[in-house]
Formats: sequence, C-alpha cells, structure tokens
Amino acid sequence: MREFDYRRADDVPGAVALLGADPDARYLGGGTNLVDLMKTGVERPARLVDVRGLPLDRIEPADDGGLRIGATVTNSDLAAHPEVRRRYPALAQAVLAGASGQLRNMATVGGNLLQRTRCGYFADVTQPCNKRAPGSGCPAVAGEHRNHAVLGASDHCVAVHPSDMGVALTAFDAVVSYETADGPGRLPLDGFYLPVGDTPHLETALPPGALVTGVTLPPAPAAARSRYRKVRERASYAFAIGSVAAALDVRDGVVREARLAFGAVASRPWRARAAERVLTGAPATAEYFAAAADAELAAARPLPDNGYKVTLMRNLVVAVLSGLAEEAAR
Amino acid sequence: MAPSTSSTVTLDINGEKHTLSVDHRTTLLDALRERLDLTGTKKGCDQGQCGACTVLVDGRRTVSCLQLAVAAEGREITTVEGVAEGGRLHPVQQAFLDLDGFQCGYCTPGQICSAVAVIEEHAAGWPSAVTDDVRPEAGPPPLTPEEIRERMSGNLCRCGAYAPIAEAVARAAAQARAGAGEAVA
Amino acid sequence: MTTAPTTGRTPVTGAVGTAHIRVEGRDKVTGAARYAGDVPFADLAHGRLVLSTVARGRIRSVGASGVLGMPGVLAVLHHGNAPRVDTDYTGILGVPPDPTAAVFQHDRIPHAGWPVALVVAETPEQAREAAEALVVTYERQPHDIAFRADRPDAYPVDGHMPAATEKGDLEAGLAASAHVVDAEYTTPEEHHAMMEPHAATARWDGGRLEVVDSNQGTTWVADELARMFSLEPSAVRVRSEHVGGGFGSKGLRAHQVSAVMAATALRRPVRVVLTRRQMFSLTGYRSPTTQRIRLGADADGRLRALEHRSLNQTSTVWEFVEPGAGPARVMYDADAHRTVNEVVRLDVPSPTWMRAPGEAPGSFALEAALDELAEKCGVDPIELRLRNEPERGPVSGLPFAGRNLAACFREGARRFGWAGRDPRPGVRRDGRWLLGTGTAAASFPAGALPSTAAVTAEADGTFTVRIAAADIGTGARTALTLVAADALRVAPDRVRVRIGDSDFGPAGLAGGSMGTRSWAWAVTVAAEELRDRLLPGVAVPPEGVTVRSDTTAALGALAQKERHSFGAQFAEVAVDVTTGEVRVRRMLGIFAAGRIVNPLTARSQLVGGMTWGISMALHEEAVRDHASGGVHGADLAGYHIATHADVPAIEADWVDDPDPDDPVGIKGIGEVGIVGAAAAVANAVWHATGVRHRDLPIRPDRVLRAGGPRV
Repeated sequence: MREFDYRRADDVPGAVALLGADPDARYLGGGTNLVDLMKTGVERPARLVDVRGLPLDRIEPADDGGLRIGATVTNSDLAAHPEVRRRYPALAQAVLAGASGQLRNMATVGGNLLQRTRCGYFADVTQPCNKRAPGSGCPAVAGEHRNHAVLGASDHCVAVHPSDMGVALTAFDAVVSYETADGPGRLPLDGFYLPVGDTPHLETALPPGALVTGVTLPPAPAAARSRYRKVRERASYAFAIGSVAAALDVRDGVVREARLAFGAVASRPWRARAAERVLTGAPATAEYFAAAADAELAAARPLPDNGYKVTLMRNLVVAVLSGLAEEAAR
Repeated sequence: MAPSTSSTVTLDINGEKHTLSVDHRTTLLDALRERLDLTGTKKGCDQGQCGACTVLVDGRRTVSCLQLAVAAEGREITTVEGVAEGGRLHPVQQAFLDLDGFQCGYCTPGQICSAVAVIEEHAAGWPSAVTDDVRPEAGPPPLTPEEIRERMSGNLCRCGAYAPIAEAVARAAAQARAGAGEAVA
Repeated sequence: MTTAPTTGRTPVTGAVGTAHIRVEGRDKVTGAARYAGDVPFADLAHGRLVLSTVARGRIRSVGASGVLGMPGVLAVLHHGNAPRVDTDYTGILGVPPDPTAAVFQHDRIPHAGWPVALVVAETPEQAREAAEALVVTYERQPHDIAFRADRPDAYPVDGHMPAATEKGDLEAGLAASAHVVDAEYTTPEEHHAMMEPHAATARWDGGRLEVVDSNQGTTWVADELARMFSLEPSAVRVRSEHVGGGFGSKGLRAHQVSAVMAATALRRPVRVVLTRRQMFSLTGYRSPTTQRIRLGADADGRLRALEHRSLNQTSTVWEFVEPGAGPARVMYDADAHRTVNEVVRLDVPSPTWMRAPGEAPGSFALEAALDELAEKCGVDPIELRLRNEPERGPVSGLPFAGRNLAACFREGARRFGWAGRDPRPGVRRDGRWLLGTGTAAASFPAGALPSTAAVTAEADGTFTVRIAAADIGTGARTALTLVAADALRVAPDRVRVRIGDSDFGPAGLAGGSMGTRSWAWAVTVAAEELRDRLLPGVAVPPEGVTVRSDTTAALGALAQKERHSFGAQFAEVAVDVTTGEVRVRRMLGIFAAGRIVNPLTARSQLVGGMTWGISMALHEEAVRDHASGGVHGADLAGYHIATHADVPAIEADWVDDPDPDDPVGIKGIGEVGIVGAAAAVANAVWHATGVRHRDLPIRPDRVLRAGGPRV
C-alpha cells in the first residue's frame, strides 16, 4: 500500500470537489472493500476522500411513495429499518445474508453497489486479470471458475458481482442517484452496470468522479410479499454461489406480477426479465415457475465446472416462488 | 491544501483520549496494537475475514483491520480492554470463562466484543439472516441458539469452541434480559 | 520464616478429574494475555517476507537497491546477502528441517510462494510498501502440481511408521468374500488456519539469542535454531507464553529464521509476522490424499480381506508422508491385510503434520468404506464394527493397553438414540431437508515424549512448576496445575505453572496428542519427589526447594503395547438436494481416551476436534491453480472453515479408560476428536440421500450433481 492523502468531506459538493478529476483518488465509505483492496495492492489510490460523514445517512419516504435511501446508510441500518422490512422484506433479507454483523455495521449502501468482484484472480495482483489489468487475460476461463458467471459473461471475464443487497434492489427497480461537478444524475440499477464484453474493467455507467448519493426504491406493492434466498458453501459469512430475490403478487392462483433477480451468476445483479414475462399471467404452479426459470437460464453459458449453477438457480426459483405462492394462498 | 500522508488524530478509546500522529495507511487495529500498546485486539487475517479484530465503534461492532485510524477520529472506541467494568468482568466475559468458550484465546477478544454487540442488537429488535419473518409486525425474534450462531458467524474460531461460545452468549443475554427486567420492575 | 508447606497432614487430592476453568482464562477474556506479536520491544524493526510468484525456476535478480531508499527501509535480505545456515542435521523429531524455513540459501524456486526476500523497515506500513515494491525477476521453468491417483512416480515412504504392511493373500481373500467394497476416496489440501498467524521477534541479549515466538514447543524451536545458526544450545532462548492455535503447523518456519537473520544484521529487535496469504505456502498443510480401499467380508460382515492404499503429495525439498493407511493397522483385522502409504513429489509447498495426521483423512476413507460394507451386508454399522473388534494389534500382534471402543459405541448408541434406526437411505424428510444419521469409529495413538520438569516449594507455602510445555489452547497449563496439585497433595490455587520457555529445560512438544501426557509425567515425578523431601514442620529456605525430573528412562522402559485413544462418532445431517446444502444437526462423540484431567477443557478439545470434522466434511479445501501453482483464493474467504452457523450443539463425553502404565492414567485427547468425524457426517449424508460422497468436501455443487434419492 502506497502512502496517500486523506481528506474528510463535509458536504456533497465538497466531496465531489475534493475528488476532482484525479483518477488516483477514491471515495472512502465504510472501507470494507476498498481498504482490503488497498492491502492486496489491487487499489493504489493517492488520495482518499472520506464520505462517511456526509449527511446521506437517512432513509426517507420518497415523493412517489417509495423510499429514498442515502448512500452512507449502513447495511445494518438498512436491514433494521421498519419500512424496509415491511415493504421490501427481501431487501432486508438480502442485506442480512451478506458478510457479517461487523461488516454490515461498516459497509454502506453506495459502497455495496460499487464493490468489486471476489474472483480470486482479480484479488491476486500476481495473476493476470482483464478486470484489474486490461489485456492481461482471464485465467478463470481455463482455471478455477466453480463460482463464476453463467449469464452475461464473455471470454474476457467470467467474474460475478458479489452483492446480495444489489440483487434485491435490482428486483425492485431501484434507481441510483449521483452527484458530479456538473450536477446530479440518476441511473436505474438495471442499467447501472455495463455489459462485460471486452471491457470488463469498465463496470458502471457512472461518469468519472461521480459520487453515489443514494438509491430510490419506487413503490412496489408486490414487494411486500418477497423473499431473498442465498446458497453458499457454508451456512454464513460467505459469498453466494447462487441467490434469488423474488416478489410475487398472486390473485386467484394467477400471477399478477412477478419480480425476479439472480445473484452470483453474472457480472451484475441479474434481473430475470425473461422469467418475469413467462410468469406474468401464468398459473402460480411449480410447473410454470420451472418454465420461467428455464426461459431465463436458456441464455446460460456454463463453463466446465460451474454448470451446477444452472440447476441450482432453476431449483431455487421454483422453491422461492412456490413458497411465496403458498404464503399468498394462506 | 497540500497533500499529506500522515495526520495527527485524537482517538477516544475506552473513555481515554489518545493523540498521536498516524500514517494514513495505519488501520485502527495497527494503531491500537503498535502505537497504543492495546494488544488485546488481535490480528487474524487483516482482511475482514475472521473477526478477531472486532471492537466497538460508537457502540457498534466493527472489524478494526478495515477501519483506517485517521477515519476513526471523533468516534467512541471500545476494545476488549474496556469491556469489563473496573475489576469486574462483563457478564459476557464471565460466561466465556465459566463455560470455556475459548481454547487458544486468540479469537476471544473479538468474540467477546461481538457478543456484547449481538446482545444489544437483538435487544434493539434487529432481525438476522435466520429470522424467518423480518417484518416489524412479526416482532423481535427469540434469541434461539440458531439466531446466536448466525449473528456470531463473523467471528471465526479455529479451535472449535463454537458450541460453548453460543452457550455463553445465551447465558449472558439471559442475564442482560433479567437485569433489564429488574430495572423495569 | 514461614512454615513448611506440609503435604501430608491434610492431603488434598481430587483436582485431577474435576472441572477447573483455565488458570490463564481471565487474561484471555480481558485481552491481557500477550501472544508473540503482542510483546512490546524498544527499538523494534518490522520485517515483511517477499514470496516467489513463480512455481518453479530460479531467481534472476532481486532489486534491493530499488527499495533501500524508500522511507524507513533498513535492509533487504535475500539469497545474495543472507548468512549461510546449516540444514544438514536431524532434529529432535527425528527428521531433517524443512528447507522452506532455511530461507535465502540459494536461487532455486521449488514452489509458488517460496520466500525470496525479507524487507525490514521502521514501521509495518513501510515494510509492507517496500515489500510490495521489491522487484524480483525469475527464470521460469515448467511446474508440475498434478496430484492424482495414477502418478507413475509415486513411491512408498516410511514416516513415523513403516510404509507398507502385508499379511495373507489379499486377492484370494477378496475372491472368497461374500461381499466386496472397492472404492476410491479423496481428501483435499487442507490448511491449519489457526487464528494467530505465525509471529516471532528475535533479538540478541547479552550474547544470547532470544526469540519471542508462537510455537508448539520452545525446546524444539530453540534446538532447531541453535543447529541452523551453529550456536551453542545454551545461547538460544525461545519463549512462547500464549499460542493462538498450532494444530501441527507451529514449529520452525521462515518467520523465525528470517527474524534472526535480520536481528543479527541490524543489531536490533526484528519482528516478522506472516500474513494470512503467506501462511498458505510457508507453514505446511495437510496434503491431499487419494485412497483406495478394498474390503472383503463373509455374509455376516466379518472381514476376510482388507486393503488400504493412501497417496499424498510432498514438495521437491522435503519428504512428508500423510499416513492415511495407518488407522487400518489398528482398527480392523483380516487374514489378508495390506496397507501402503505412498507419496509423490510435486512442485508444491511442503505439507506437514496437521491435527490427526494420517488418521483424519485415513479414517474418512476407512470408516466410509465400513459403512458401505454394512450396507452391502445388511448389517447395522455399529454391529459390523463390533463383529470386527480385534483381540490384538492386527499388524503388530501386540496387546492393547485398553481398547474400549465397544463401550464407546454402546454408550454412544444409547445416548444418540441409534436403536431402531431405519437403515434405508433417502426416506426421512423435514420440509425441504432429507435427514440421515451416520456413525464411525475413531482412534489415535497415545504416546509420550521425554520431558524434564522442575517443581519448587516456595518459602511462602506455594509451589512453582517450570516446564517447557506449550498451551496452544489445549488447557495444558491448567491440566498441569491440577496434576501438580494432586501429586503435591495441595489445593490447585497453591500451584503456579510456568511454561513456554526453553530455559526451563528440555520437554516434549504439544503435538501428536502427547503434550499433556508427556509433561504430566515429568511434573508428577518431580512433585512426588519434592513431597517426599519436604518434612513436616521444617521450614523451606528463602530460595525454596527445587526438584527436577527427567522421564527419558521411564519412557524407555515402557512396555510395548498398542496404546491408543478410541471413540465412536455420531452425526445427524439434513441435506437439501435441490440446493446442495448440507447441515449437521447434531453430533455426539463418546471417547475412551485415558484418564480425563480436566473435564471442562477436555470436553472443549474433543468438541473442537469434532467441529474440525464438520469443517473437513463440508467446507475445507485449498484449490491449487494449475497455471500459477499457488492456492487460489489464499485467504479466509477463499479457504472456508466452519463458522458458528455451521456448528450445532455437539456433545462429547467419555467412558472410564485410565492407562495403567501412565502415572496419571492419561492417554491423549487432542486429535481423536476429529478422527472419524468426517466419515460420520459423510455416512449420514448417504443415509439422508442414498448417495455416497467419496470426495471431500461435500460441497453444494457435488450434492447437486449427484442428485437425490430416486424415489
């Protein structure tokens, strides 16, 4: 880790100004990912702009009846918030499924969306990695990729996005707000992450120097009956090998509205729109749930050692949707 | 302002203020251990992957290895050395001792700081990943062994003392509830 | 003048066998206990190792000049400037040193993560940055890390036991059997992953080398350092007061040797602490194994033929055998009986002892194979084992110094509720979970190492025990307090035990489940003699009265027997075959492990071993990347050990089993807890799902690929 300048920002414009156009400067939130990456040498910033003290730590009702979540709200506060738990239970569950109590107390909503992949090749600076060192190659394709992507990946990178929170936010059509020197902007989470293609090092559509200021959840009545399920290689404190955020509105045995997003299968939280299309208007039965999963997973391109994820996701979709349908029938 | 790579900070640790100059790269963990001789907080992985370095920052459990010391200014820090009240062990410490909730003892300070916070988080009504119904209407989940284990999972123990640790947390939590009940009565 | 501590008038005994909290427990729960990296030194410099990024080759250049000008940098040690050390010796464990510890002696790179330099600086941050900046260039050569069962270059190796044993005609025995099991089992590379990284501070103090370290035996490490640096044994002092776990890994390693080199060069104290990532290539590990087992039995399950072959990898610089075929030599007899341990040399780091070396992986294969045989024979798995209880050592022919395995199974079956178990797999459900139960047998040798101890009667009526023992979490300090108290016939609070200092005289290490037995023997001998020396009413002089003991001769005269701890493991698991998740719901272990000195800490050790068994069965696996030769994801997020959430309520208990030949009756409990535990879990997974998982760990992807019961 090289030496670096440290500045604490008091307000949003001040933070943006402190970062300026310096490509070697980084915003510091909870630090749970950035400080780790600095220790491993993946990140070598010359300046940190500490944004933890910014007045972005509130969860408030939005004008349209949704929720506005500040970027520096900690994961813990998000998961503990009564409105989140009541109206978007899968979001609370997703947050609680991530990391550990300690890390959730530190990590922020903004940082969660911007966290980097936990691919072992990305984290090891002695290895090639197109995401870390563009053009150096992707050893995962021919190497260890048991927990790598089956959807939306390319030969250049098969890493997965590690967020749990982001999966639920994606299912609920969250919109990211940011600030730049040229003013504020908004990006729907579904378009926030860039396709992998041959530029896996370009991860988000944020303009250079932009500071994420918050996330807005539009009102989503279907989200009140929602669930997040995560499968991992141990019972806790591990990244997902597959996860599902789902919401289901069922009336008279027919799906009125379905929200479905997958985690740990792609370079970003994966909104399963093909599945949603199959579900909408379909009978709420395991058969249709499986057909919906198959519709989404038809695009899967598994590698030799991660094909199990296709089976896993199919089974998870059926299990989670069946559980929600049962609840609805009660 | 010209860039600088170190700062003078005042850290509030266990109720005492310490003013020191820190390299910005110095984590709170290293400041505690290398600069302030508060070595009760342990370095197990230095990457937020084991929980041995857990301390309380503004009352909330935090891994001090990922907390830069310079960014900890102005926050109230409690380490394992500050958990006991005077010579009297905290109920969590006493339960760990009595139930043998440790073997080598290296993860123990982190486990204890974490357990103190787990009991408070649960008392505040926070759900966990094993709470079946997280909606506030469902009420706070009972602190079952399963809830304790999930909430303590950010603290690895390689000796395999998980079983007695979970018992110790349950015992201390029951004492805290009994104490709170008495206070109310 | 104080009155002599009379030991005869009101004899106090019974400390041994009664639960006592750890004597250093208060220090450990308050953070007061100082581990190796916690001990402050004035003028301390910090060393950071730099490891090779290639898996085989030669060092072309070390760009020391490029970092020597960086802030705070004091020195860069490497093969071009480091002092030569002696590695041509056999240490007190009877093996030569692992050359991985003898750093910077040549330019050859035998594996990824080989130590190539030490950067020393004023602060840890400066040392880290300079170590990252140090440019080392290599001549890269092709490496071979392909570990597999059919390696033509595998060869048999004698470790602490012969490589091969054979009696009878195996093929004829198999051919004549009513039921045959022929299966291959694999276990992965596993790491000790103790929570405290290896750490040492070296300094010269009045012509003596002092090393404050974290290790499993100060005698052992001091002896190795003296030999390596060609110093008089009396010129080396190693202290290791508190140790944050060892499990076999904490002996002589690169951190101590490089710290000594740097302290010598700089004439000031130097501390070297390994990073978590460095531990994956510098501190040993349990080799992966491939094991083939062939069992032949009569219709009623009595074994006619048993073959167990085990292969493990070792480095090109050090030969280490993980004797997986060893347990079969103790557990089961057959007229035709063959066991073989083989190794293959690869371009990988040196493996080493890790909690129950041989027994842990070997018992997984053997006890899973027994379960498969029980299924084939239609015999209950416990009954199958009882029918195959040998009278004498199957290979040695020696009598057992107690073999209370059957009692363990009977007591375990009663408490676990084994009676009436439906043997059919895949038929019990709890919601999405399939449920199953499994059992396995456990054994681990009960040995002892020569040790010396000193017990002093102090003038104030207390007693001080000094012994170069190590408490790596076992509770040894507390156990020795109780043993000394009983031998002195005083209350434990009058005894203080000081350990972890090579100046206390030679003592065995904390390893092989031998620590407490070895040290308790020496302490008992010294304490009993001291008690005889102290006369009622006669004052103890101010300097105290000290008696020293040495158990070398007594151990040499010990009768040859099959001396082991035994146990019966039980597990209940839940498996969701649609997601691949496996959860252990409960575990019970009943052990026959000699006299239990401190039930409180003994239970912790046994439960700890069983927890390792869960972790081994379901989680642990270091994956080597074939392109780089290094461990992929070399950290605690990549190498999963069980968390709190993975570990249910675990019960461990024991049957009465004192060793008649030991002065206290001790056998050893450090390792037997893990033995058979992974097999019990795997057998339960079969009972739940109908699928035999012969490759550990039983990961979700493996469960998903295998599918569920065909019902």
